[in-house]
Amino acid sequence: MLTVAWLVPALPLAGFLLLVVFGRRLGEAAAGWLATAACTGAFVVAVGCLLDLASRPQDQRSDVTTLFTWIPVGSLNVELGFLVDPLSMTMMLFVTGIGALIHLYSIGYMHGDPKFSKFFLYLNLFVFSMLMLVMGDNLVVTFLGWEGVGACSYFLISFWQTREAAASAAKKAFVTNRIGDWGFMLAMFLTFQAVGSLNYADLNGAAAGLAGSTATAIAVLLFVGAMGKSAQLPLSVWLPDAMAGPTPVSALIHAATMVTAGVYLLCRVSPLLHEVPNVGTAIAVVGIVTALWAATVAIAQNDIKKVLAYSTVSQLGFMFIAVGSGAYVAAVFHMVTHAFFKALLFLGSGSVIHGVHDEQDMRRMGALRKLMPITYITFMIGFLAIAGIPPFAGFWSKDEILAAAFQKSTPLWVATFVAAGLTAFYMTRQVIMVFFGEARWKHEPAPTLSAAGHDDPEQGHVVTPHESSWLMTLPLVVLAVLATFGGLFNLPFWDGTRRLEHWLDPVLGEAEVPLTLSTSTLIVLALSAVAISLVGIGTGYLVYERRRVRAFEPAVFADGWYLDRSIGRFAGGPGMAAFEGVAWFDSHVVDGAVNGVAGGVRWSAERLRRTQTGFVRNYALGIAVGAVLLLVWFATRGGF
Amino acid sequence: MNVLPVLAELRVTASWYLVLGAMLFSIGSVGLLVRRNPLVMFMCVELMLNAVNLSFVTLARALDDVGGQTAVFFVLVVAAAEVVVGLGIVVAIMRRRPGANADDLSMLRG
Amino acid sequence: MTVETVVFLIAATIVLVGAVGVIVRAHPVHAALSLVLTLFGIAVLFVAQNADFLAAVQVIVYAGAIVVLFLFVIMLLGVDQAENLRIEPFRLQRPAALVTGVALFALLLLAIVQGEITGQKSAGGQLSGEEANIMVLARSLFSDYVFAFEVTSVLLVIAVVGTVILARRPPREVADETGAVER
Repeated sequence: MLTVAWLVPALPLAGFLLLVVFGRRLGEAAAGWLATAACTGAFVVAVGCLLDLASRPQDQRSDVTTLFTWIPVGSLNVELGFLVDPLSMTMMLFVTGIGALIHLYSIGYMHGDPKFSKFFLYLNLFVFSMLMLVMGDNLVVTFLGWEGVGACSYFLISFWQTREAAASAAKKAFVTNRIGDWGFMLAMFLTFQAVGSLNYADLNGAAAGLAGSTATAIAVLLFVGAMGKSAQLPLSVWLPDAMAGPTPVSALIHAATMVTAGVYLLCRVSPLLHEVPNVGTAIAVVGIVTALWAATVAIAQNDIKKVLAYSTVSQLGFMFIAVGSGAYVAAVFHMVTHAFFKALLFLGSGSVIHGVHDEQDMRRMGALRKLMPITYITFMIGFLAIAGIPPFAGFWSKDEILAAAFQKSTPLWVATFVAAGLTAFYMTRQVIMVFFGEARWKHEPAPTLSAAGHDDPEQGHVVTPHESSWLMTLPLVVLAVLATFGGLFNLPFWDGTRRLEHWLDPVLGEAEVPLTLSTSTLIVLALSAVAISLVGIGTGYLVYERRRVRAFEPAVFADGWYLDRSIGRFAGGPGMAAFEGVAWFDSHVVDGAVNGVAGGVRWSAERLRRTQTGFVRNYALGIAVGAVLLLVWFATRGGF
Repeated sequence: MNVLPVLAELRVTASWYLVLGAMLFSIGSVGLLVRRNPLVMFMCVELMLNAVNLSFVTLARALDDVGGQTAVFFVLVVAAAEVVVGLGIVVAIMRRRPGANADDLSMLRG
Repeated sequence: MTVETVVFLIAATIVLVGAVGVIVRAHPVHAALSLVLTLFGIAVLFVAQNADFLAAVQVIVYAGAIVVLFLFVIMLLGVDQAENLRIEPFRLQRPAALVTGVALFALLLLAIVQGEITGQKSAGGQLSGEEANIMVLARSLFSDYVFAFEVTSVLLVIAVVGTVILARRPPREVADETGAVER
């Protein structure tokens, strides 16, 4: 099966192409089923590849399939190759698996939308790009996927393109990503210059021999790329705005897959990161700052999706803390469990939004648990997972990260600990506002945060919320099961249960910083993690359900610590001035030089024209002067 | 008068002839550049050719080699042919435009 | 002070006077006569250097034929107006020409003074031997340089033919009673 590993990206690509040509003709439902089938097919092939890979002995679990030589230019030889090893296998599985579930969900969610088939076309293209990203065996194929997911993100965020918010958000996402891409590209150039090849195998192999400054530069630049894609500060501004897109998009792209591309990239080059521990520290610092920032902002958000968006940013920060601390396995573990519960939460929120007829403001929800039972139960499971309550998946992965942070530095652990508590707190707030309390949706609807693409003809009416169709609830249930039992992948009890760690060992093993904490320390850390989660939940309960303590939602949190505003002011003010300066430089100095050359040529030609008098005697004089000069040369240099 | 012994010892060497040839050549080239009448310009060319002939003969004597004289022979023949053709051209032009000189040829003016 | 020295000095003077005359005289006929003076001087110098045959050829061909040709053309075509040497359309031309001439002479002088005459002696044929000059010259001409000799003879033919065509008057058409064109 490994020989047809290329089928995994090929099936979504085929789905995309078929939908481009026949999408509109297939119409609703059929287009969706075709796309879902493509994605599911890819998942099946991926499972086949997994079985094939797992059947090999551990040190041979790496398969490279080269389709063709893509860019042979001089000493640069870039091939379109797929690398199937445990790390990429893991990514492939959850990209296609969760992708398939979300495709199924979208058939129900996008029901009635006039651009139904186009949505699935983009979704398939996205899955294809993401697979290229994770399966590429060199930086260029990854970059191809990187750019592809960025483009699909743009298309999908602005899917309802007539809405100003969506169009602006898409542009913002693309431009912010571009800054990250700049870092990625520079890293590629440096890599080629230092190593002579863009293959991961060559880069990782040569990592130990690179000069310190080169390795640091490449690592930092790749991290800049990761910051853009994975929405870390200060490039995090695009993700909350991206919620203007349809909810399945938020679930697939901005929770489960695309945003994890940054983490994947850093894990892929972990041997390089291993050589530059200072960069690791920097990564961890960025991670924790982002995590804390996003957690505080999430406390004050009222849009159901925005809370989850900031939560995603925060959880990504956790993953980067793990990467920075050398715990790559923990980062991947959390990436997987996060994919499960965050997708679950987003899809659940989509179900809620549909249920309350496209209302997204949580202040207009409440007491939905009896009216939307399946959504409620699955959402609660996702909530418990993200809050870090055992035995749900999130607890195990978050605990690993906390342990790694503790080993790296105590202040780092303290900050992470606080962030974990905040996570539990704001999720509790969300759950209470949506599913408990009084049924605020019964009040007169006012024109606040409106949601989906079609105008609600029921403005002014109060309709009872309803549960969603099986197309939407089935994926919720599947994801809930995964969120419950996902922890089994890597239980820390003894060596035999650390399945994911062993699975990823051939790839990440040498760079991984092993946990040297004593078992008693680990138990204490685990218990304290549970404790802070319970404290967070309890506090949330007291503030929002019991109303014993007043809610603390200052404007500075709600406004994202004024990050957006300051960026706007900077870009509009000094940024603009700088741009004007650069533009001036371009038009006067650069263009001036070019035009100056042309002008100079014209000026000198004008002067030289005078020698063409047309009179023979002048030309004869020229010949005579030439002869004299020749003799001068002989006199001075040649010697008589 | 003590200049007479010096004068008595004066011998003509090859260099003297060569210097004379150089002078003749320079005079010819100056004339070519200054005069406008085509026939006079031609005569200046003849001066230059004669200077070259003189140099050839001098060197033939210095090297005791008849090749120099052979060269003069050929120069003479070719100069004659050149004069014939050149004067033919001058005649052809002068018939149409009496009083033409070298400066009338200015169509190559840039 | 040998004979050769005296001869040289006198002949050199004649040559230079004639050369300056060529370039200075406004009237073309005067310039042609100065040229004759120069050519005679050169011929004398040829004799002084034991190039008898060449001296003879110089007088016959150059002074006798070429200069006569010049004079014929000058007189037949009426180009006997003196050139107005006072005016010079390009102000730069005369000074530049003078400077160039002086520079040329100076450099040649430098070459002559600094340089040595090197080369294989008697490569073509010995001049200073017993044989008469014309014999040695003839031998060189018809053995080593026979190809060039033949080519120059062709050249002469070409020159003559070409000039005849060049100087021909263009044919005028004359019609007779029958209307046919007669040339």
